[in-house]
Amino acid sequence: MQSSDQTLNQILDLACKHFKVPREKLTPDEDFFKTLGIDSLQALDLLTRLEHHFNVELPDYELQGVSDFRTLADRIQARL
Amino acid sequence: MWNQPSKISHFMLDLTPYTCLGAALRDALDRWPNETCLIESDRDREKLRLTYSDFKGLARRLLRALQDADFNPGDRAAIIMTNQSKWLVSAYAIFYGGGVVVPLDYKLSAAEHLELLAHSKAKFLVVEYYLWRAIMHSPEFKNAKMQVVLVTEAPAAVDLAGAYRWEEFRRKGEPTFVNRQKEDPASIVYSSGTGGRPKGCVLTHENYLEQCRALTAWYPFWPGVRYLSILPTNHAIDFMVGFIGPFVCGACVVHLRTLRPEYVRDAFTRYKITYMSLVPMVLKNLERGLRAKFEELPKSRRFLLNRLVSLNRLLTRRRARVGLSRILLPQVHSAFGGQLRAMFTGGAFIEPSTLQFFYDLGIPVANGYGLTEAGTALTLNDFKPFRADTVGKPLPGVELRVLNPDREGIGEVAVRSKTVMSHYLDDPELTTQTIVDGWLLTGDLGRFDVSRHLQLFGRKKNMIVTEGGKNIYPEDIETVFDGLPVKEYCILAAHYIWPAKSLGHEMLIIVLRPESSQQFNSTLRDDLAARNRRLPDFKRVGGYVLWDREFPRTASMKIRRPGLAEEIRKRLDPSSAVVEL
Repeated sequence: MQSSDQTLNQILDLACKHFKVPREKLTPDEDFFKTLGIDSLQALDLLTRLEHHFNVELPDYELQGVSDFRTLADRIQARL
Repeated sequence: MWNQPSKISHFMLDLTPYTCLGAALRDALDRWPNETCLIESDRDREKLRLTYSDFKGLARRLLRALQDADFNPGDRAAIIMTNQSKWLVSAYAIFYGGGVVVPLDYKLSAAEHLELLAHSKAKFLVVEYYLWRAIMHSPEFKNAKMQVVLVTEAPAAVDLAGAYRWEEFRRKGEPTFVNRQKEDPASIVYSSGTGGRPKGCVLTHENYLEQCRALTAWYPFWPGVRYLSILPTNHAIDFMVGFIGPFVCGACVVHLRTLRPEYVRDAFTRYKITYMSLVPMVLKNLERGLRAKFEELPKSRRFLLNRLVSLNRLLTRRRARVGLSRILLPQVHSAFGGQLRAMFTGGAFIEPSTLQFFYDLGIPVANGYGLTEAGTALTLNDFKPFRADTVGKPLPGVELRVLNPDREGIGEVAVRSKTVMSHYLDDPELTTQTIVDGWLLTGDLGRFDVSRHLQLFGRKKNMIVTEGGKNIYPEDIETVFDGLPVKEYCILAAHYIWPAKSLGHEMLIIVLRPESSQQFNSTLRDDLAARNRRLPDFKRVGGYVLWDREFPRTASMKIRRPGLAEEIRKRLDPSSAVVEL
C-alpha cells in the first residue's frame, strides 16, 4: 500500500489538473475552498475524480467538514 | 405512467376535512396502494422502491414497536438524517401516533445536535449511523436524555451505546392511530440557536395543511409525477414538496443520496423527473455545466441554439409554455428527462441572470421566499409572467404588507397567514417580539411592484443566508472565537452594519477590539484564521474590522449589537475597514 505522503501528493497533482491551476498554488493545509474559489459541489466533483484514481468509494458525508487536502488524503488513505 | 389529468383536483386528497397530517397521510396511503411512492437511489444504484402499501406496512410495524416502547401522543421524536426513505417512514409513524416531529439539520455538529435534542426535550431519536457515531463520541453525550434511539444503516457488530437498529425495531400488530387538532403542534423546526438562544419554531398541523393546499394549487402533483429529492427532508421545502405534497396526491418521491452533479444529471433522465427543489449552489452548477456544453458546440449549431432560445423567450414572455419549449429545444429538455415542469428554489439569493438563463431554455425555476417561522413559502413565481428580479407573488391565503416603507417603497415585510408558526418553543418573549398583533415580522426588507410581485432588498436582521440555503446567525458561531487574545470581539453580518439594499454575496465579519497596547500582528491573524477554519466552510466569517472603542453593552453586560453596528456605520467605510480573512 502506498504511503500517506504519496496519496497526498497524488491528490494535489490531480486537483491541479482538475481545476487547471499551477501545482505551487496548492498546499496541503490551506483551505482549498478559498484557494481555489470553489463551492462544495465542485469539491464533490473532484472527489469523484479521486475515487476513480484511487479505486475507492467515499460517501458524500466523508467530505463534510473537510477543507484541506491533508485531511482529505487521510480519509482516502483510510479506505485504501 | 399517468399523463397529466385534465382535472388535477380529482386526484388530490381534499384536505378540508382533516385536522392533522397523520389522518391525511393515512387516507392517502389507502387511496393509491399500488402506486410507487418512494424510490431511493445511491448514485446510479437503485436501492429501494416502495408502493404506498409497502410504505404503510413499514410505518405501522415501526409505530407498533414505538408504542410498545412508551411512545405517547404529544411525545417529541427527533430525526437526524439525510434525504432518504426512512426519514419519511419514521415521520409518518410519528404523525400517525400523534407525536411531534423534530427535524434537525444533519450538517450540525454532534454538540449542536445534543444541544437541540435537549432543548426540544425529544424523547425519541431516529438517526443515521455515521451521525450517531459522532454523537456517541461527543463529550456532551453523557447528558443526553433521549429514551429510545433508533439508528439506521449501522454496520453489523458495532456498539450503538444502547440504541436500537431501525431496521430491526418493529412489531407485528395494529398501531394506535391518534387524531390531533389543527392547532396542535406537528413539528418543532429550529431556525437557529445553537449558540445560546435556540429558536424552535412550533409549527401546527394547520400550518402544514394550509401550506400544502396553497402550494399544490399552483404546482399540482398526481400519480405518475416524480419529485427528485436532493435536499435533506429537514429542509422546509423538501418536507412539503418532497413528502406531504406528493403523498396526498399519489405521486412519487425519488431520493438521490448524493449531491454529485453527474448523478443529479443522470437522475433526471433515469427517472423522468417532473419537479425538484434545489439551492442556488446546485442551480449554478447546472448552469455551469450547460454553458460549458453549449460552448463546445460547433459554431453553426450554437448559432441555431441561440436563435431557438430567443424564439422560446419571445413565445414565453407572458407565461411559461413547457410543452412548446420541449418542442423547440428538444435536446436541452431530453437532458433533463423530457418531463421536467419546474424546479423550486428559495430562501437564498439567486442571480436573476441564472433564473433567466433557465427560463429562456423553457425550464422554469420557481423561486420563492419563505422562512421557517412561516412554513415553507410565502411567495412563489407562477410564471404569469416570469419575473427573474422578484421572488414571485403571495401564495393563496398569504397576506403580506410592507411596514414603514421609505421613499422607494422599501420596508420590513410582515406576514399574516394560517401557515405562520404558533410560537417559539419555551420563549414567549421572543414570540411576542416576532409576532405582533397577528403579523409575523420577517426582518427582511422588500417592496411590491405594480403587479404584486415581491422584490427583496436586504435584511434588517443580523444573519446571512448562504448559497447552500443555510441561515447563519452570528451568535451561533461566536463560541469558536472564545479565548481569542483581544479585549473584545463581536460578529455581525456586513449588511447589518452597512445596509446594502441588495441581496447576494452576504458575509459575516468579526469586529475586533485589541487591547490598548496590542498590535494586530500576524500571530493574531493566524489565530483568528485557524479558529475560523474550525467552523464548517459555509459558517465562516469572511473578514474582520478593527475597532478601537468600547463595545456598547446592556445592563446585563451583553453586547448591544444594534448600537455597535450603528457606531461602526457612522465612523467606518466598508471599502477600507473590512479586511478579508
